[in-house]
Parts: sequence; C-alpha cells; structure tokens
Amino acid sequence: MGLKIIVLAKQVPDTRNVGKDAMKADGTVNRAALPAIFNPEDLNALEQALRLKDIHKGSTVTLLTMGPGRAADIIREGLYRGADNGFLLTDRAFAGSDTLATSYALSCAIRKIKDYDLIIAGRQAIDGDTAQVGPQVAEKLGLPQITYAEDILSADKKKIVVKRRLERGVETVEAPFPCVITVNGSAASCRPRAAKLIMKYKHARTISERQNQSEDYIDLTADRPYLNIQEWSVNDIETDHQWLGLTGSPTKVKTIENVVFQAKESKVLSGTDAEIEELIKELIVNHTIG
Amino acid sequence: MANFFTDNPDLLFHLKHPLMKKIVALKERDFADKDKFDYAPMDFEDAMDSYEKVLEIVGEICGDIVAPNAEGVDAEGPKIVNNEVIYAKGTQENLDALVKAGLMGITLPRKYDGLNFPIVPYIMAADIVSRADAGFVNIWGLQDCAETINEFANEDQKARFLPRISNGETAAMDLTEPDAGSDLQAVQLKATFDEKKGKWFLNGVKRFITNGDGHVSLVLARSEAGTSDGRGLSMFIYDRNHKAVTIRRIENKMGIKGSPTCELVFKDAPAELVGDRKMGLIKYVMALMNGARLGIGAQSVGLCEAAYREAVNYANERKQFGKSIIDFPAVYEMIARMKAKLDAARTLLYETSRFVDVYKTYMHISEERALTKEERTEMKYYQKLADFFTPLLKGMSSEYSNQLAYDSLQIHGGSGFMKDYPIERIYRDARITTIYEGTTQLQVVAAIRGVTTGGYLERIREYEAMPLKPELHGYRRILIGMTEEYEKAVHTVVEKKDNEFIDFHARRLVEMAGNIIMGYLLVLDTEQEDRFRTSADIFIKMGRSENRGKAEYITNSTLDDLGFFKPVN
Repeated sequence: MGLKIIVLAKQVPDTRNVGKDAMKADGTVNRAALPAIFNPEDLNALEQALRLKDIHKGSTVTLLTMGPGRAADIIREGLYRGADNGFLLTDRAFAGSDTLATSYALSCAIRKIKDYDLIIAGRQAIDGDTAQVGPQVAEKLGLPQITYAEDILSADKKKIVVKRRLERGVETVEAPFPCVITVNGSAASCRPRAAKLIMKYKHARTISERQNQSEDYIDLTADRPYLNIQEWSVNDIETDHQWLGLTGSPTKVKTIENVVFQAKESKVLSGTDAEIEELIKELIVNHTIG
Repeated sequence: MANFFTDNPDLLFHLKHPLMKKIVALKERDFADKDKFDYAPMDFEDAMDSYEKVLEIVGEICGDIVAPNAEGVDAEGPKIVNNEVIYAKGTQENLDALVKAGLMGITLPRKYDGLNFPIVPYIMAADIVSRADAGFVNIWGLQDCAETINEFANEDQKARFLPRISNGETAAMDLTEPDAGSDLQAVQLKATFDEKKGKWFLNGVKRFITNGDGHVSLVLARSEAGTSDGRGLSMFIYDRNHKAVTIRRIENKMGIKGSPTCELVFKDAPAELVGDRKMGLIKYVMALMNGARLGIGAQSVGLCEAAYREAVNYANERKQFGKSIIDFPAVYEMIARMKAKLDAARTLLYETSRFVDVYKTYMHISEERALTKEERTEMKYYQKLADFFTPLLKGMSSEYSNQLAYDSLQIHGGSGFMKDYPIERIYRDARITTIYEGTTQLQVVAAIRGVTTGGYLERIREYEAMPLKPELHGYRRILIGMTEEYEKAVHTVVEKKDNEFIDFHARRLVEMAGNIIMGYLLVLDTEQEDRFRTSADIFIKMGRSENRGKAEYITNSTLDDLGFFKPVN
C-alpha cells in the first residue's frame, strides 16, 4: 500500500539567535537578518512521513513550502533526507501572509497537487508559534485533523492511528484518509541527511535558481528531471487574490516585545462558563486583555 | 547544534590541497561513473563539493550526537548478552545515525554501494569522529577492513561482503592472540581444510579483538600445519551469521571503554580464504595494518583537537589571582605548544593520506588495465613515501595525543583529575594510541629504514626546494641547519656498523626526521594561509632545540653505552 504524503514545511529565521534588527518597521520578521533553517517541528513531521514511506513500499513524500526563492533550500534539505520531490510556492503576492493567508495559499496548492492521502506538518513554526496553519489547512480542505501527534502507530488502507501528546498524558486516536496531522517536537527527531542523497540532489534547483547561473554551474535537469524543483507562482494555482498576502491577512503585528513571566503559580480551570467569565473579568482588571 | 567540520577551518584547508586534483581524477577514473550513478561527480569541483557536503553531515552527527553521547558511553560500556555484544545505548545511537547517513563504506567503489571517496576525506571523517569520541571511531573505523577485502579478495567475495559493510554492517580484524601480540608470526589459531566439505574451518583463540562480534571479520590463522613462522599464515573471512564463535569476555579497559575488546573462541568456524595461502601475514596483514595505522593517526589527531579545545576553554573560563589562567605565561605557552603539535600532527596526517591515496588508487587501476611506465614510476614513488610516512605519523601523532591530553589535564588542575570534565576521559582514551596497531617502539622499527636508506632525507630535500615567500625563508634556513645536524647524527650512528647501536638510537633519529618534516609541512601550510604561522614558528623552535639535544646525545654516545644500558643477567 503506497501512501501519497504531503509534508508542509517552512523555512524560518533561527529565532534562537535574535538580534536587534529582527523586526522590520511594518511589524513583520526581518528574515534577512537571521540565519534561515528548516522549522524544527517540520523536521519531526518529515520523519513521520519518511517512516511511513519506509514501512509502506511505493509511498511518496512530497514537500510543500511557501516562501522566498531561497526557501528552495527546504526542499533540498527534505530531498537529502529521503523525500521524493517538492514544490516551492513563491510570489510577491504571498508576501506578508499571516496564518490565514498562508493556509489559504497552501490549501490552494494542495488542491492543485490533488492526489494525496495524508498531509503532515509540524505543530508550529518557531517564528510565530501560532500552531494555526496546519489546522487551518485541514479546515479549508474539509479534512479531519489530528494535532499534537507524537507517533504514527499504524496506517492501513482505511485509517491511520496516531498517538497524541497532550498536556497531561497521551491519547490514541484514529482518522480516515485523507487527513491532516500536525506533529509535536517530542516526536522522533529527523534522520540525518544521507550522503548519497546529498550527492544525488545537490544540483536540484528551481527554475529561478537555474536562471541565475552563479547559483550552480552544473545544470543536469534535461537528463535528470528529478533535479527540477517545481516552483509555483500565484498564477500557477487557482486563488482568489483578496485572500492572499497582506490584504488577505487580518493579523497586524504592532510590535514584538520580550516578555518575562513573573507569576510563579499556575491556575487550572475546568472550563465552566462561570469560571471563564471570572477569568475574563480578572484579565481585564489586570490589563492583560482589553 | 554543533558542527565539528565547519567549526574547524583547518580541515577544509587540508581537504583542498593541490594534490587532490590528481587524487580525485585517479579515484574517479576521469569521472567514468557520472552517467552510471546518480550520485557520482561530474568533475573535480563537483567531487570536492560532495566531499565537503558529506563531511558537513559527519560534523553535524559528531557535534550533535556522538560528542554528547561520549560520557554516557564511557560510563556504560558494552556487554555480552546471549553470546552477543550489546553496545552502550549511546554507541548504538551513534552507529544508527552514521548508518542512516550512509557513512559506512566511504572509500568503497560504487558498485559495492560505497561512496568511492579517496582516503583523504575518509581520514578527515575519522579525525572528526575521534574528536567527538575516540572510542567510537574504533567501531566505525573498522570499515578499513572492507578496503582490505576490496584489495585482496576475489570478485565473488567482494560482491557478497562489501555491500553489507556499505549498508551498515560492522567489521573486525582478528589478529592478536594471547601469545602473539607484537610478534604476529607466532599466531596459532588453526585453519584446516575439510576436503569433503570443501571448506576451511577455524579453531583457536583470539584476544584483544576490537569489535570482536562484528558482522564480518578478517582472521589471521595458521593454514599450514607444522609451520611456526609468518609464512604459514593465511587470511580468512569469518561471517558472524555462522554463529561458530564464542565471545568469552569483554576486557575491562582503562579507556576507549565504549569499544568492545573481545576474547573469542573459534570452534569449527567455517571461513573463506582471502587471496593466496601463506600470504596472510606477509602481504595482507601488512596492508591491513598500514591502513589501521593511518586510522590511529586520525584518531590521535582527533584526540589532540579535543584535548586542545578543552584546555583553551578551561584556561579562559578559570580565573585565579583576578584573571583568566590563560593570561599567565606558564599556561599560554603550554597551550601554544599544544596547538603547534596539533597542527603538526594534522598536516603530517593529511600528507601521509595523500601518499596512500595516490599509490592505492594506482594499484586498483593496475587491476583494470596496464599502467604506463610513468604511472608505474609514480605509483612506486608514492608507495615508498607512504611506507616511510605511515609509521612516522602513527608513532609521532599518538605520542602527541598523550602529551596534549597530559598538558590539557594539567591546565585543568584539580578539576581535571575529577570525573567532572571530559579531559579525564580523553586522557584515558589517548593512552592506547601509542600501544595498539604496533607500539611506538615498533613504529620506530618500521620507520628507521626511512632514516638509514635516506628516504626521509630525499623527501626533506624536496620540501626544501619548494617555493616560499621571502618572509618564510628564515624558517627554511633553520630547517636546513636542522637537516645538516640530522645527517651528521645519522652518519655518526650508521658508521659504527652495529645494528644494535642503530636500534638504540633509532627513536631519536626518527623523531629528528619527524621534526624536520613537520616543520617543513607547517611552513608550506603557512605559505598558503598565514594563520599557520604561529604554529610553524613555535614548532620549528621546539623542534630545533629538541633535535639539538638528541644530536648532542648521539655525538657523545659510543658502543660502550649499550653495555651500560643492557640488563645484567
């Protein structure tokens, strides 16, 4: 049983090394000032996909990423670890997307890819920590979703069984195909890049990269089509422009501040209406919200 | 998120040596594989880029997995369960990561699933792994055995065994026995040919076998009944799947504790002859040992790197009398000398690796087609250099690794004596390097031929003739002076025409040659990149005073000395 798996991955600024110029005036992240890395939990997601591929012969793992031209690195990193191919969604029209616009663009690209059984993504990206994109993609595609996945226990023709890591324990759930799974950082870490795959795929380039000769003097895509990283612009996928980029993004970042948590104790609520009302009042009074 | 390759620019420097152009062209047979394998390089630059990218993986695995595991591995060690060696948890993790990354058959041809890398990048990987955990390199580095199988086994054996190693199985070389250590001619493990079954069977005991439970073992055994010397020994492959060997025990060692050192009992163990009968010790073990000695050179250099880094870190952090201890002359001099020795050992390591690369590759090519006259001459030239440099490298770098570990521990003061810092493990791990694969004393026995035949001197003259920037001429003048002094010392010893007298002074003479050679190599490195200048300067000053002392000793030595030193029975 071969599975067709799409892994959503994001190139993120390495926020472990944040400097003064990490933010731009418009409140978005200044990606140029930070080293770009494969979002850590997306690597956990990739590993889960590769494990399925190891077990179920004939499976394919396709990476999908949205970002600037250099995000093609993410596709290559995935190929070096065992992914089969990848798509880079890149266009000025996507610039400034928040989670809503991102998940919209990704879901449009996934519709175009069309043939898939499973979408796996990292729980969240370290540059935003929202954990929204995976679930939003599922909603937009009308698919069931399993969040906080730690381990894919089994998969057969009909369903997938997943262990979820929750705040106070684990839960085993199942979902029918196709579905979306978001993976926690507590899942198995990703396998290393493999020597032979690095040598096989190191000349893989997008068309834009190939047009820029200085990137790599060796172009083998004519004989080796697998070295072509598919690049999609806004015109390659079917979208409604009003939901894209900054215009499609209701989230506006004003500033980012370093917050030091001072409260030492925590509070656990059972979630009754009365408790929630009480909490809202308390937060308004101490100016946490409002 | 450490990377032991990219955080050390010296490695890339040595990888990019000009001779690599020749080495890569030979190894890749002018890039003949490029349309046959999707991971074969297109040209020289492509190949070099691949080496670099693959070494980056090695560096990452070592920085993120192997080094952090080293302490746990040292504490836990391997154990025997149901006659099988179970590695420490960390060892298994290290191995799994390197296997997944496809780093097990680095030098093997692609048709056996290898990466077809030259020796230089392989040795560089060993250098990196050793810095992370010198004990672990013993397991991983036994892929050397595959190189021996590739050299001497028949096509059928290669096709059966080599891909297994490329794909992650480990190996072992079973040479030592309770009564055959340095003197391998005394090996007694019996190989008998069963005419009915048409098979060889092994019976006997092997001791001190690193990774003795490896999947594929090369075993030295006595195939010629009634013989008692090296000419009665042959080489065999034993496959663990036969389950005919008992692991009697794992030694409790002082260092490299993660590496299982086994005592093995062979009982009617089926085995396959490698190559020709009676050539086991004379030809195959010599090749195996030369490869292994180069490996110990890499292990020693990795240990030097680790010891040096621990010293620098601690000396910067540790404050006494209101300042970092690295600011005191007594400490910074030690550290600068450590760095000089580290750089010297490393440049000798890669020089030697390049010699081995050229001649071994020619040797493999000679099996495919007849070499031209020029090629044959070149092969012989590099083989001679490799033969002279390998024992010199093994002897000197292993002694340095111990000196550096000693000095680094000293810089740590009382803390270094505690188990709290990695240096005490590094100190214990380094101790074996001057002993196994031939003690330093035996390396001297091999290297002294380079002294008496003029082999080292010839190479020194070649270094002397290499172009240098004017500001480095001063170093050359010093080295020329040291060379004259060396020649005189050699003459003084040789003219006595007494072999015991030569043996008596052999180590002094070999080390004198070593100091000159490493001095030149450091100056030549400085010619390329100025940052080696400090090490070149310090090393040459150190070497000059050391050599003067040795020369003085030799000048004042007579045959009577032998009488004074000799034990009285």
